[in-house]
Amino acid sequence: MWKNTFFLFFILSACAEELCKPDASNGYKVRLSLKTALGDDAYTWNKNEMFLFQSTLAFAMRTSHTGQSYEISNIVVCNETDRVSFWFVVTSPGNPTELVENYIVEEAIRKSRHRINSAFLLTDKTLEFVGILPTLATPVSYDTPPWLIVFGVLMGIIVAGIIVLLASSIVKRKRKTRRTDEEEADEETRVKTMDNGVYNMSFSVEDKLTQM
Amino acid sequence: MRLVIPNPGLEGRILNYEDLERMEKEKVSDRPQWANKSEYILTCVGFCIGIGTVWRFPYLCQSHGGGAFLIPYFILLVLEGMPLLLLEFAIGQRLRKGSVGVWRSISPYLNGIGIASMLVSFMIGLYYNTLIAWIMWYFFNSFQSPLPWAQCPLNDNGTEYVSECQRSSTVDYYYYRVTLNTTASIADSGGIHWPMVVCLLAAWAVICLCYIRGIGTSGKAVYVTSILPYIVLAIFLVRGLTLKGALNGVEFLFTPDVNELMKATTWLDAGAQVFYAFSIAWGGLISFSSYNPIHNNCMKDAVVLTAITGLTAIYVATVTYTIIGFRATEKYDSCISENIRLLLNAFDLSEDNITTSNYESELIRLNTSHSDEVLRLNIQTCDLQKFLSEGVEGTGLAFVVFTEAITKMPGSPIWSVLFFLMLLCLGISTLFGNIEGVVVPLKDLNIVPQSWPQEAITGATCFVSFVVSLLFAQQSGFYWVTLFDNFAGSVPLLTIGFIELIAVVHIYGIDRFCEDLEFMIGHKPSIFWQISWRFISPLIILVILVFYMVVQGQEELTHLVWDPNSEAFPYLASMPYPSWVNAVIFVLAGIPSLVVPMYAICRDRNKDVQLLHTNVQMSYVIVW
Repeated sequence: MWKNTFFLFFILSACAEELCKPDASNGYKVRLSLKTALGDDAYTWNKNEMFLFQSTLAFAMRTSHTGQSYEISNIVVCNETDRVSFWFVVTSPGNPTELVENYIVEEAIRKSRHRINSAFLLTDKTLEFVGILPTLATPVSYDTPPWLIVFGVLMGIIVAGIIVLLASSIVKRKRKTRRTDEEEADEETRVKTMDNGVYNMSFSVEDKLTQM
Repeated sequence: MRLVIPNPGLEGRILNYEDLERMEKEKVSDRPQWANKSEYILTCVGFCIGIGTVWRFPYLCQSHGGGAFLIPYFILLVLEGMPLLLLEFAIGQRLRKGSVGVWRSISPYLNGIGIASMLVSFMIGLYYNTLIAWIMWYFFNSFQSPLPWAQCPLNDNGTEYVSECQRSSTVDYYYYRVTLNTTASIADSGGIHWPMVVCLLAAWAVICLCYIRGIGTSGKAVYVTSILPYIVLAIFLVRGLTLKGALNGVEFLFTPDVNELMKATTWLDAGAQVFYAFSIAWGGLISFSSYNPIHNNCMKDAVVLTAITGLTAIYVATVTYTIIGFRATEKYDSCISENIRLLLNAFDLSEDNITTSNYESELIRLNTSHSDEVLRLNIQTCDLQKFLSEGVEGTGLAFVVFTEAITKMPGSPIWSVLFFLMLLCLGISTLFGNIEGVVVPLKDLNIVPQSWPQEAITGATCFVSFVVSLLFAQQSGFYWVTLFDNFAGSVPLLTIGFIELIAVVHIYGIDRFCEDLEFMIGHKPSIFWQISWRFISPLIILVILVFYMVVQGQEELTHLVWDPNSEAFPYLASMPYPSWVNAVIFVLAGIPSLVVPMYAICRDRNKDVQLLHTNVQMSYVIVW
């Protein structure tokens, strides 16, 4: 009895290993760049980290493929390298010899990508699922473009400046014409009074010319 | 060997020394005056130090032998630039008129020089203010984080970036597509790009405000526009030197290559740069000097201005190349990292295996063991020298290279705001001299009624210029600006400068000119100045002019276009100009150059006699 169970388990795991191979039809390659992402704080990749990966992926499958209860044993990993890259396939919970279609796996990973990244303190670029493109961040967009605001401020200052300068020029000119009007009026009165007096232009000019 | 062309009636057209002394003592003059000497010096410094100092001189310095280029530059600065500068300062200060008035006083036949200066100033002002409009656009867009040229927009599906942006770079896309919306050639006008209209409006409004009362307002504005660039450059110098790779750039700039001194093009480019840098023949310097007191020491001013220009050019070049060095090093590092990543991924090696230090040796090892796999990876060779010499001239420097470098600096928006503010100040201060060279001749030629106040003339000039410069707000505006830059500001300026020298030395008379200088500053100019004015400077300008025309005549007229469909994309493709461009070139370069001889030949003698009488009458009025 014991021997049979053990034998069956051995067969099953052997089959599972055969299901997972590089370039498997329903499998994906994962690549982690720990040193690039974390530098000196990078942790070493070991069996425990792999366990976390399998559990995170099982979580992702459960969340996306509702109704199916995926276990860690359903995530089969193989071909681990020093790069820290490996292949994985997902087996169906009901039938461990059957692989889950890749589009279901892809959708599950896309939905929970952020959670998977956070579990490993990595980003879309440093935790790569080869073949699954990350969704691009939309560029920031504003309701009113900021440049219009700055332009509006600048034009406001310029128009205000022009109005102030023009107004002060007009005021200065009015004041000057008023002053010259007053001066002319003064001079007229002065000339009038002088006419009755001694001051005569022609006299002084003759004086200049006839120097003997 | 003094060749002086007979010039009858010269005494009647200019004020003599007694009149000048009397005017100076009584302070009676209808012309504006400088509030103080520093406003004058700052205005001239701002006029001479322009955007060309930032994006033309460093490129010339680096491409013509680095530190060795400084030798021809300084020699020509002293032999060509300084004498011409003193000539314009002294003639303006002595004859106390704008450019048209000065040449008309010397001889009525020479009125054409003033008209040519005005036309050239007008055309240069049009495209120069367009550059300022572009700088303003970048300045307005710097007040956001992240900067808009740091990211590509997504395409309609949202699945990936727009293909034009993907294939070139974010900064290129932002400049050619978002800012300018460039068409594929100058023949394809493409309609008006309205953000550019808005920026042109802002640019002309700023100039109108700063110059609205002539030098009364611009003299106050130069305290900001001439001093701020130096402060910003100092900030950038400190920031630049602390960036990684800055010293690579400075080394690249100043590494001397003495062989370059043997080539003629080095000396010719140095001469041309000196000539354009000093803004000679624009008419603005003559105008500015005519507002000086009669005994102002213009010789000292010329020497000081020359020194300031030369030293500022080196200062700006150093700062520019620290930033260029930083950017090139960044690109080089990311190129190497990308190659390392490709190798690690292909051979599934641990990340520690290949680092930047052993990259070269590992690449060789892998190439020998798995050569065809490595070939399939398409490894790009990373060349630091290539990155250092990329796009470092003209608008490419400010809007592509520098903007890219700024996005990589921490606190990008602040640096972007500072940089574009500095460029704005440099450009606006040059435009003051430019608009002076347009407005004052308009008054002197009676094109504008005498009864109009200064404010109205400035406003009208700015408005007309704005309307004409809408030509550059088209989608093909970039090509028009390049066309104007190449032709409006080259041959006509050299021609006018040469004729100015001949006019003062031979028609006004070098002896009379030296006596004037003795009257103004107290001593005659030394033998150095006399030899420069009579032989060296005219010879240099003539050589540059002839060489330039020979080179231009031989080359086929082509322009570089931004065409996403061309094979050379993302580099600019070379495309020939359509045939109607020849007519435009004639208008830009031919008409100002030909105005001088044509006016001398065809002038209306009756009008000149009338003008002569008015001048003589006016001088009597001032005496009494």
